[in-house]
Amino acid sequence: MVMLDEVVVYQRPQSLEECATHYCPGCTHGVAHRLIAEVIDEMGLRERMIGVASVGCSVFAYNYFDFDFVQAPHGRAPAMATGIKRVLPDRIVMTYQGDGDMASIGMGEIVHAAARGENITVFFLNNANYGMTGGQMAPTTLPGQQTTSSPKGRDVETQGYPVRASELLATLEGASYVVRRSLHDPKNIRMAKKAIRTAFEVQVRGLGFSMIELLSICPTNWGMTPVQSLHWLEEHMIPYYPIGDYKVHPIVAELKI
Amino acid sequence: MARELWKGNNAIAEAAVRAGLQAYFGYPITPQTELLEYLSARMPELGRAFVQAESELGAINMVYGAACTGARVMTSSSSPGISLMMEGISYIAGTEVPIVLVDVMRGGPGLGNIAPAQSDYNQIVHGGGHGDYNAIVLAPASIQESVDLTYEAFDLAEKYRAITVILIDGSIGQMMEPAEMPPMRPLKTEYPDWAVRGMVEHPGERRVLSSIYLDPPDEEAANLRMLRRWQQVEANEVRFKGYYLEDARFVVVGFGSAGRVALSAVRAARAEGIPVGLLRPITLKPFPVKALDELAQRVEGILVVEMNSGQMLEDVRRVVGGRVPVEFYGRLGGIIPMPDEVLEEIRRLSREPLTQDGHPRDRWLARMPRSN
Amino acid sequence: MPVKGRIVVNEAYCKGCELCVDACPQQVIALDPVRITAKGYHPATLVQEGCTGCGICAIVCPEAAITVYREAAKARQTAAA
Repeated sequence: MVMLDEVVVYQRPQSLEECATHYCPGCTHGVAHRLIAEVIDEMGLRERMIGVASVGCSVFAYNYFDFDFVQAPHGRAPAMATGIKRVLPDRIVMTYQGDGDMASIGMGEIVHAAARGENITVFFLNNANYGMTGGQMAPTTLPGQQTTSSPKGRDVETQGYPVRASELLATLEGASYVVRRSLHDPKNIRMAKKAIRTAFEVQVRGLGFSMIELLSICPTNWGMTPVQSLHWLEEHMIPYYPIGDYKVHPIVAELKI
Repeated sequence: MARELWKGNNAIAEAAVRAGLQAYFGYPITPQTELLEYLSARMPELGRAFVQAESELGAINMVYGAACTGARVMTSSSSPGISLMMEGISYIAGTEVPIVLVDVMRGGPGLGNIAPAQSDYNQIVHGGGHGDYNAIVLAPASIQESVDLTYEAFDLAEKYRAITVILIDGSIGQMMEPAEMPPMRPLKTEYPDWAVRGMVEHPGERRVLSSIYLDPPDEEAANLRMLRRWQQVEANEVRFKGYYLEDARFVVVGFGSAGRVALSAVRAARAEGIPVGLLRPITLKPFPVKALDELAQRVEGILVVEMNSGQMLEDVRRVVGGRVPVEFYGRLGGIIPMPDEVLEEIRRLSREPLTQDGHPRDRWLARMPRSN
Repeated sequence: MPVKGRIVVNEAYCKGCELCVDACPQQVIALDPVRITAKGYHPATLVQEGCTGCGICAIVCPEAAITVYREAAKARQTAAA
């Protein structure tokens, strides 16, 4: 008789703590955490990792990733990461930041970390609003999008236009790998994971600054179910924030991953 | 090692290097910039970390990150830049990681000017950043003292997991004096048990550093822990220098450059037969309370001299507690008082009837010229 | 014979967001209308035959709450090897 063996197709990565998150049901922060943890496991980087948490919904990221972490002031994670990486160049240093943190209050720090070609990896979660404080307008809020501080919809005449962070950072000579991915369906999640892998490979090889923008949903503040939110992301965010590779240094392009 | 002619900013930089500085992050601002320039060459030459940051915000947060690894780390700036750093300073204090911060003070408020001043006293000594915290504040009055205190500042910071500030004015940063450098210390190879360095260096033990205590009882406990550690600083680390105090009937209190000018005035007054001495606090925090308290019991009058509008004056008044009349003389906006001006104030102190009525600042202000 | 699989949902993590329910190509996952987790959610669960162990549910799960198993017709000796 042939014995049927059961193989584990998927299980929770080691680099995630064994604890529930504070994120709302359906929030794709959790998907991003999981993908990062999976890549860290697969590359065997956990012991070398030092994460820098930001301010916003991801402020407690250090509770969920099972490796060393520090927690930065709002927007300053790339500066803290710089300080850590410069004294411990063989550690793998990542920041995990939301759109308010990185693309608004922390714009100075991120731009110059990228311009210096700082050998760190930045995960940038773009969910088009400030989640932690209850859904205010973010630098990434779409034109016309209603938030608690743009109740009639973002009026570009008075509130300006959303910032496309990947395109902006891609103009910097120091940036080696800058891409935008989305977490709205299995295919895109797989693409995101591959990009995360590439970003860490860039850092491990000392090739400089890498940033992965991840389009994310915020069902609670968007006032939709998680599934509706995924559709909203696809229909509204992707046209403004196209998925793509915005900066791939020729050496990075040659990496076999 | 022989005495050499050193510019204050360069001397502090070299003293930090010899104390085992592993990383420096800074931003140019007059009158501190030579410190950054010096280290931009010196640190890479020694294979140590140097970054010219995009702003003081960037610099202090790079310092914060490096400090979390337990490395010896320093930044420097001048008054407006220090204001910008205050966010990070509070976080660093709240995370209980040691750093050394140099403030080469200039005239203010606002953009002010680039001339020497002591008007950051309140900002540095009484906080500046948000929340309850205490930083050790060292106020040297010469290049040699700047060197010696910088060399020691890292040990103090690490011993008490505290921010140690070297607080000088632009004249000490800019002037040249002979000074002897201490020997080069080897770099640290062992790190404390809180240092976040990746689990590769502390296997099986995940470390997290943050200033977040979401639960109020936890935040209170953290504050109490820091406060108890601060009590140790107060008990162990008070430093001051007394001049001609044994038989003094009057005493001048001044720190840094103002203290130095006051010493010239005190010597001149002694030559005139006035029994005056000088108390020069070296640690502005912890303040030399006991020494001043002892003087308040036996002298007839106290003159506080500062290059601000009487910021330390309030600390002196608090200690003296009305036992002895206190007078004040200050120059502002980047002006260093001349010894003759202070001498004139000492003469007044010893000659005229002293009063406890009103505030010494008001009496001083009444004597200052009106320009508009 | 179609490939057989199964999932185990960790109820300590599942928040009943239904992303796996929506993503499942076989439409064999639903929220359990009876069970309630310690945090007060109806957890996702397999509700009928047909799971292929494709892992799509785990890929979209924000809580890393799902472990996916798939039967493989291999002799025991491979495991022992």
